[in-house]
Amino acid sequence: MNALEITDVWKYYGDFPALRSVGLNIAPGSTMALLGRNGAGKTTLLRIIAGLSRPSRGSVKIQGADARDQATRQRIGVLGHGIALYEELSAIENLTLFGRLYGLPDTRKRADEMLERVGLARVRDGLAREFSRGMRQRLAVGRAFLHDPEVLLLDEPFTALDDRAIAVLQSMIQSMRDRGRTIVMSTHQLREALELASHVALLQRGQIVHTGERTPQMLEDTGWLYRTYGDN
Amino acid sequence: MFLRQVWTIAAKDLHSELRTKDAWNASIAFSVVILLLFSFSFDPSSEQVREFSGGLLWMTYAFAGALVLNRSFAREMQNDCLDALIASPVSSAALFVGKSLANFALLFAVELVSLPVFVLFYNLQWGAAQVGPMLLVLVMGTWALTIIGTLFSALTVNLRLRELMLPTLVYPMMIPALIAAITVTTNVLAGSPPGLGIRLLAAFDIIFTLLAVVFVDTVLVG
Amino acid sequence: MREKIIVGLALFAGALLAWNMNTIFTALPDELNQGAIYRIIYFHVPANILGMLGFGLGMFLSIGYLVTKDLRYDALAASVTEVALVFASIGLATGSIWARIIWGVWWAWDVRLTSWLVCWLIFGGYLMLRRAVDEPNQRARFAAVVSVLGSVNAYISYKSIEWWNTQHPQPVLSIRNGGGMAQGMEAPIWWNLLALACFSTILVMVRMRQESFAREIDTLRRMAHAQ
Repeated sequence: MNALEITDVWKYYGDFPALRSVGLNIAPGSTMALLGRNGAGKTTLLRIIAGLSRPSRGSVKIQGADARDQATRQRIGVLGHGIALYEELSAIENLTLFGRLYGLPDTRKRADEMLERVGLARVRDGLAREFSRGMRQRLAVGRAFLHDPEVLLLDEPFTALDDRAIAVLQSMIQSMRDRGRTIVMSTHQLREALELASHVALLQRGQIVHTGERTPQMLEDTGWLYRTYGDN
Repeated sequence: MFLRQVWTIAAKDLHSELRTKDAWNASIAFSVVILLLFSFSFDPSSEQVREFSGGLLWMTYAFAGALVLNRSFAREMQNDCLDALIASPVSSAALFVGKSLANFALLFAVELVSLPVFVLFYNLQWGAAQVGPMLLVLVMGTWALTIIGTLFSALTVNLRLRELMLPTLVYPMMIPALIAAITVTTNVLAGSPPGLGIRLLAAFDIIFTLLAVVFVDTVLVG
Repeated sequence: MREKIIVGLALFAGALLAWNMNTIFTALPDELNQGAIYRIIYFHVPANILGMLGFGLGMFLSIGYLVTKDLRYDALAASVTEVALVFASIGLATGSIWARIIWGVWWAWDVRLTSWLVCWLIFGGYLMLRRAVDEPNQRARFAAVVSVLGSVNAYISYKSIEWWNTQHPQPVLSIRNGGGMAQGMEAPIWWNLLALACFSTILVMVRMRQESFAREIDTLRRMAHAQ
């Protein structure tokens, strides 16, 4: 069974098709980089996979189940544009809140371990609004990984992160890959994404124009993909 | 699971509100100011005040409530928290009920604080027999305001003109509940039995709680 | 074809209205108690009936949208509700004029007036909400929810205000209570209803056309932004 099966997904905004017959199968354990220019439909597609929006047509199955099923959402982790932290709650409270919502056992213990991993154990009781930008980003990464998701969805993960947050995120992604988890990330920063990816899919004007394994050639010449499969 | 999620959401909202007390302070201050302003529009010492006391009280609560409700989903927009909640295994209904409970608790607390002020300002006589019915109508009326207000808070949160759209949509929707709550309150304050209004209020609460729970997923996810 | 239907309907409605005016203003006598002003009923009642039908139809179309997610339902719901709001305004205005003459006041806080005003406010809010949402599907969804909740609310408002206060004249149409008007006096109400219904159909058709243009423009705008 595929980790992710997207079949003939269309998304309309009014009569404008933001996604046109998108089909994509992602095998368990692979890391898929979703590439494309701004406005190509990367965020729209990721939001549909995350269950934040419904496709106008077509179906999204995550490990064989519907994206909006409660059990499915238990298994996916989402890190979007926003950091999704409550300013008035402390670091530990932010994590335990989501831990409880995901129904995790030993929420507090897991949250403490996670704070350790992202290097925020020292400020566990500090309010999120008092944190520096980088600290908030690391806390956000911790929140997305707290329930140890089997499928991880990242929307432009490396944009605007500071170097320490990038290091934390990269080590998290690495450890997930080592344990055979599935990762889908959208990005327009080719190099970071390509280094981590095992597969790539190129979106153009709401359509998938290329999908396949990441080849070494792509790493050497990052423009190659766009030149070969894009139409300009 | 559902109840635990509801409780977690409600506790989270109350917790972060109590940290800053933004909405709380504003709506208490606001309700006292309204009660003061009302006193200029008629003779506050006249015997007739009893006859429209219910109206004054619920007008105050409806306006003060808007401050609480406006913040409710707006709080989730900062940092895109709402997306994280919707992507989590919390159903839209659990999210909605949790937030409604938190709003209810806040608004009810505001009411309990401003009620004695109201009684004092307008020299109303109280007996022990009135406390029970008064609490009942406060609970039912406040739930009506909360359920409508929270749903429309979710609906308007993404809009430009959010602060304008919420009152425009919410107040006409609250009219049946306000009519019922006002007449019952007036009756109770005058020492009469609550009357039919309490049934109307109960019907409103039940119907709109059901409708809101049915529609909230359409509003939040689509 | 569309144009032909519109022109045909307009001609028919215009002729019917003219003939009706003739009946109302020249053929019919003044009413015994109210004098000449009673004639306002020939516009007041049809306008309010159309307003009510429009709001109700809007609700069913909104449910239709929520079930099918077909934007044509939303466009029709918006058009019908907008036209209904115009007729509701006419109903309120004519009622107010009549009340000034007969009751001596422009407005009375009676059940029908008050609940109709509540209705007017709710669907006015519906149209304002539509202007505040940019994305067509989201707009349709939000508007549909407001339309359904608003219709339920309008009904409960009516019931609660009825219980609270009643002053409006009792229904005069024969289908409601077996008839409170003389035979010849009632017929023009129905003819006017037909004429105004034709006009409102024209308005809805024009409005629908605008909605589909608006959607086309929105789509083109999005396409232009996409590349």
